[in-house]
Amino acid sequence: MPTDLAVFIQDRAREHGGDRTRLLDVVRAVQEAFGHVSSEAMDLVAQALSVRRVEVEGVVSYYAFLSREPKGQVVIRLSDCPSCRIHGMEAVGAAFEEALGIRFGGTTPDGRITLEHTPCIGLCDQGPAALVNEVPITRLTPGKAREVSRLLVAGRTPWDLAPKARDTADPVARVHALVDSNIRKEGLVVFAPMPPGQAVRKALAGTPEAVIEEVKASRLCGRGGAGFPAGLKWEFARKAPGDAKYVICNADEGEPGTFKDRVILTENPDLVFEGMTLAAYAIGAAEGIVYLRAEYEYLRAHLEAVLARRRTEGLLGRAVAGRAGFDFDIRIQVGAGAYICGEESALIESAEGKRGVPRNRPPFPVTVGYLDKPTSVNNVETFCCAARVVDTGASCFSCVGSIRSTGTKLLSVSGDVARPGIYEVQFGQSIREFLEMVGGEDAIAVQVGGPSGTCIGPAEFERHIAFEDLATGGSMMVFGPGRDMVQVAAWFMDFFVHESCGWCTPCRVGNVLIRERVQRILAGRGVPADVAYLETLCTTVKKMSRCGLGQTSPNPVVFGLKNFRPAWEAHLGPDDGLNPAFDMDAALADAVRIAGREPVHP
Amino acid sequence: MDKPKIATASLAGCFGCHMSLLDIDERILKLIELVDFDKSPIDDLKTFTGRCRVGLVEGGCANQENVEVLRDFRKHCDVLVALGDCATMGGLPAMRNGIPLRECLEEAYRDGLTVHNPSGTIPNDPEIPLLLDKVRPLSDVVKVDVFLPGCPPPADAIWEAVTALLEGRAPNLTYDQLKYD
Amino acid sequence: MSDTFRFTIDGVEVTGTPGQTILQAAEAAGIWIPRLCYLEGLVPGGACRVCTVKVQGRFQAACAFPAGPGLVVENDTEEIRELRKQVVEMLFVEGNHFCMFCEKSGNCELQALAYRLGIASPRYPYLFPVRQVDASHPDVFIDGNRCIQCGRCIRASRDVDGKGVFGFVERSRDTRVGVDARTGLGGTSLTLDDRAVTVCPVGAILKKRVGFAVPIGERLYDHRPIGTDLERRGA
Repeated sequence: MPTDLAVFIQDRAREHGGDRTRLLDVVRAVQEAFGHVSSEAMDLVAQALSVRRVEVEGVVSYYAFLSREPKGQVVIRLSDCPSCRIHGMEAVGAAFEEALGIRFGGTTPDGRITLEHTPCIGLCDQGPAALVNEVPITRLTPGKAREVSRLLVAGRTPWDLAPKARDTADPVARVHALVDSNIRKEGLVVFAPMPPGQAVRKALAGTPEAVIEEVKASRLCGRGGAGFPAGLKWEFARKAPGDAKYVICNADEGEPGTFKDRVILTENPDLVFEGMTLAAYAIGAAEGIVYLRAEYEYLRAHLEAVLARRRTEGLLGRAVAGRAGFDFDIRIQVGAGAYICGEESALIESAEGKRGVPRNRPPFPVTVGYLDKPTSVNNVETFCCAARVVDTGASCFSCVGSIRSTGTKLLSVSGDVARPGIYEVQFGQSIREFLEMVGGEDAIAVQVGGPSGTCIGPAEFERHIAFEDLATGGSMMVFGPGRDMVQVAAWFMDFFVHESCGWCTPCRVGNVLIRERVQRILAGRGVPADVAYLETLCTTVKKMSRCGLGQTSPNPVVFGLKNFRPAWEAHLGPDDGLNPAFDMDAALADAVRIAGREPVHP
Repeated sequence: MDKPKIATASLAGCFGCHMSLLDIDERILKLIELVDFDKSPIDDLKTFTGRCRVGLVEGGCANQENVEVLRDFRKHCDVLVALGDCATMGGLPAMRNGIPLRECLEEAYRDGLTVHNPSGTIPNDPEIPLLLDKVRPLSDVVKVDVFLPGCPPPADAIWEAVTALLEGRAPNLTYDQLKYD
Repeated sequence: MSDTFRFTIDGVEVTGTPGQTILQAAEAAGIWIPRLCYLEGLVPGGACRVCTVKVQGRFQAACAFPAGPGLVVENDTEEIRELRKQVVEMLFVEGNHFCMFCEKSGNCELQALAYRLGIASPRYPYLFPVRQVDASHPDVFIDGNRCIQCGRCIRASRDVDGKGVFGFVERSRDTRVGVDARTGLGGTSLTLDDRAVTVCPVGAILKKRVGFAVPIGERLYDHRPIGTDLERRGA
């Protein structure tokens, strides 16, 4: 641990030129070095970056990977995604607790090891999984959890838990030693080879407008989930007035069940950077940012190495690919644990070193974005598609898929399937075909697009994966026979309550209220009237919330009540006017303890 | 034909809502033409004698006895009215809800500035109902049909609510009758 | 002005000017749109969502959404009244709102809005959160129990007073207004004449020693529903 906090903070601030927009980097460094960002540290950061202390505290208290209270030098974060849960995560959690002698949320008495839950870390196809500091540990079993605990208690470092990765110098080999890419089906867009610079050179042979026209002609829609036409976005950003413009790659994939961006960034980062570079050419940007979720810190060295190689190849930096006047470079901004930063305006706020809270829109980022300049934020996969479009031509790209949904889509498949992993499929695949492909024919439910997406049962398995039918950012969770869909909805509501930014009332309060009623029903204390109550409440949260999070967070309940009504009704009891949610014994437990006598039952 | 019956109770309340009920002044003569009082502190009937059209419950639930009385009201009354802020949202007694029960008792019986209790004992007679961990609004414990907020609700609001319910319609409070203080 | 434009609110034609939000244009036409986090002179927050209207069939916050030519805006419809009611009810159960002893009662915008919307009681269970009171400042206190996270104080202190005394800390359900000093409000540069002291719509930020100055019956909203002044002015 560095000895002098003040010197450490001054040094970090100086590395970033005292730029307040790099606040997140500075506090992340403090967290890593000192195990927390203390009250004193917040004062020092505020001074060093000339920001208000309350802004520093606002940031430190906002992100899950930052803390004001001391944590262990080693933090174990066990993913509590439903995919991990249905593969035994709870038994793994119990083994950690037993082996370390602490509960979740606690730190060992010597202050060395902290144990926490964390939302989905994108290792759903090889879960249960955990991050030990930045090191991912996959395929956990209770036995492996005990072994991990034993090594850490004995003073070993997180990297000692993955000796093969630790002893590997090559950055991509190191990632491969940590996690499996699990590519089950390769398509022609994302995983097909392309020599670095090929698409960029083709783009530079024409005008920026021509690049935009080609992408528009391909009818490429955004792959993050919302499906906005990429060419149109670039056109808006190009036409928006501004002395500087920015390209941002949204690598903050946090939708539970999604891990395709991790695999793209592992296997084909060149294609992503290729796409970013031609986007920069198209809109007139000189700077690009990859906003990488904190959970993927272990990819950073690999990505930096690829960026460095591209600089030496002349594909980044001054005069990209020899084109005088076209300067472009990319930096990586690592997040700090907040799902909402996948929303583009929240991502921009976060990249500016602030709380990752969405902005009011309009204005949209294409006109007022990063540092208030026109900015195009696109998904990792979208950049890959755009690069392929420019390389092979729009017509080649749009000849697969459907009229509205052109090209291929990466699916992150997890849950009750024989073959979890990554599949690159053409749009238009039916859910039944999908289930045959992944080995999930006996599914009772498929969660398409994660909890904020759609959940369907067998009656709808003839529907298709496409923007015009079942849209997905890539998350495909399959639930097999015996799974309780009310329990699944309760897990997802835990997630949304944890991840709401707290800015607007319906999302901040409404999700808490939805979760309360779902948990009540799950506990067998619900009544039939609770169904109508939930339906009204969910509608209100969807209609009144400010951003996409609250507009979709009730979906697990909405689709549950619509498509799995019998499962919900099975939990309900009769309504005799006495609220079964009130548990007298629980409410009296404190008094019984204090008074030392039992309640008298009439 | 028998007159419809009304029952009233004050749980964790201060009887202020009952005082406001009496503030209907001369209309109380009209009220007893319209209804008979069943279980209520007004006539001192301790147990229900039969089914009631309307139950007016003041105060929230702070202890086990409150819960049992309230459940009894729910079972005997066609329409249950939460009378006043305590019944509606817990009211002043609910200020203890953020404080652990043991601290509440120690402050009330031992450590409070105005407490004289040399023995330091906290009352614990078997006759004293056990306290709930939190003071609950009525709707946390039973289904409530009508809410009359106010500390206390204005007498005119109570009159409107009672007469409306006896006529079988929903109360229609004016702007001046719907108040939270 | 030549660049004014027309649009409709609930079928009534109103005039807008470039740069105006829907809420501002409505006010100019004497149409009141309920709101809590919006306050004239502060940048819009879009946080409380009470001013939600339907614009071309989509729900938008009137305080933040720009007025534009030909827009069709729905404001006072059954659907929207019901949605607003629920959002106000959420605010009541989220905090600890003890109107019966609050200094702001009768002058409180949250309470007045609930009166006008005809809320007898929220339909949701009360959450009874544990919140803090900060009385460390000699002249002003903050009672977190009553805070609705509207952010008016934050924007007023930052943009009007130029001080930045307040800011949001924590997130999700724990979001609260923090202050710019480790020692609490008393350690900040807040002074009694700051705009931030007077913008709180509820009783969360109040001056000390001046509570209960106006008798019941004579307070702002005792007899006049919130918004009616504006509507009368417009009529």
